[in-house]
Amino acid sequence: METYYKPEDLPKFVEIGKEAPDLAKKFFEYYNAVFAEGALTEREKALIALAVAHAVQCPYCIDAFTQACFEKGSNLAEMTEAIHVVTAIRGGASLVHGVQMRNIAQKISM
Amino acid sequence: MNPEQALQEIGASERPIEPFRHTLAKQAIKLERGKTTTLQINVGLLCNQSCRHCHLGAGPHRRENMSAQTAEEVIAYAERSRFEVLDITGGAPELNPNIETLIKKLSSLAPRIMIRSNLSALDGRKRDEWIGLLKDHGVVIVASFPSLDEAQADSQRGKGNFQKSIDSLRKLNAVGYGYEGTGLELDLVSNPTGAFLPSSQAQMEKRFREVLKKKGGIVFNHLYSFANAPLGRFRQWLLQSGNLESYLRRLASSFNPCAVEGVMCRTLVSVSWDGYLYDCDFNLARDLPMGGSRTHVSHMEGPPEPGTPIAVGEHCYTCTAGAGFT
Repeated sequence: METYYKPEDLPKFVEIGKEAPDLAKKFFEYYNAVFAEGALTEREKALIALAVAHAVQCPYCIDAFTQACFEKGSNLAEMTEAIHVVTAIRGGASLVHGVQMRNIAQKISM
Repeated sequence: MNPEQALQEIGASERPIEPFRHTLAKQAIKLERGKTTTLQINVGLLCNQSCRHCHLGAGPHRRENMSAQTAEEVIAYAERSRFEVLDITGGAPELNPNIETLIKKLSSLAPRIMIRSNLSALDGRKRDEWIGLLKDHGVVIVASFPSLDEAQADSQRGKGNFQKSIDSLRKLNAVGYGYEGTGLELDLVSNPTGAFLPSSQAQMEKRFREVLKKKGGIVFNHLYSFANAPLGRFRQWLLQSGNLESYLRRLASSFNPCAVEGVMCRTLVSVSWDGYLYDCDFNLARDLPMGGSRTHVSHMEGPPEPGTPIAVGEHCYTCTAGAGFT
């Protein structure tokens, strides 16, 4: 079945630089610098990236960072917990807006 | 895959994997021997484990094992060649009936003698005696320890082997192995537990040191992280799991010309259980003999000459991926 997301498209990411090479160069340099070891280890950064990949629902990122997490030494339990963290925040973000709903409801109710 | 890898792999799926020798030629790299300082001795394919990443397909049912006669021929070769390092591997070297003779006689023939261990081949009194033998002869132990995660480690090496390994590491620590200043060196080797490449060796070593110390008070000297070679049982698994092509591409796209300088085949010669010579243990697994024809150890006057060409194949990308494999 045809699909918008194809695994073979991932290596084509760099083609985005064809029309705006300077911007692409800056982005890729920044990207690589972000994932280098700093105050956080590369392993920790890969776990954060994996979790965010699920929040933004990017199949390319999920593929890439599942692999990266294994390469950096994480295990499946850690990766699953990371996804739960982002799920809690995402769900919590919806639920906490219930306060707004309650504020409005209170305002317009007798 | 990060954008840097994407840059390397652009259009990769549409083109075949470049033969390794072409890649070397494009980079004007000549792969030939330097001074050969290490003799690696593969004493056989008999092993108590059947690890899924094993490039040799070693296991309990393999019958290839170095005989007493070949062992003596290897010892004589080491004596007339005066290598700096003697590196005993297998299979599980512990299971070769001639291993005690080899260790006793080889230990005086080189400044450094090392043995590869899966940490699970022996237990009980036999293990204690084995550790005593290694300690008495100052043998460096290079132990397989793929992952800090029990499930990952056991998925590669077989159920229960993680705990056996932890138990053996504690025994080795108890007699002084792994501690600075004892002269008893214990190194760990971590191989990825799937179709992915290893992480930075320095970062992995730091993490393994922290976690093993915290969890079990276990210490070691160095950790080496090596990629798995797409040969033997690991290749079969890659093929069956549909990962072979992507893994080969990953290795090839990670080619680092700087890593070629340090590859083991430039300074090492490998002798198989039947006494024939290869440029490395991976070429042994592929049956690519040194110099293109089978040469027996008993016919060698000394180490291979510097400048001798090295046999290469697709699997050589394993040793040139990223930081390399030494």
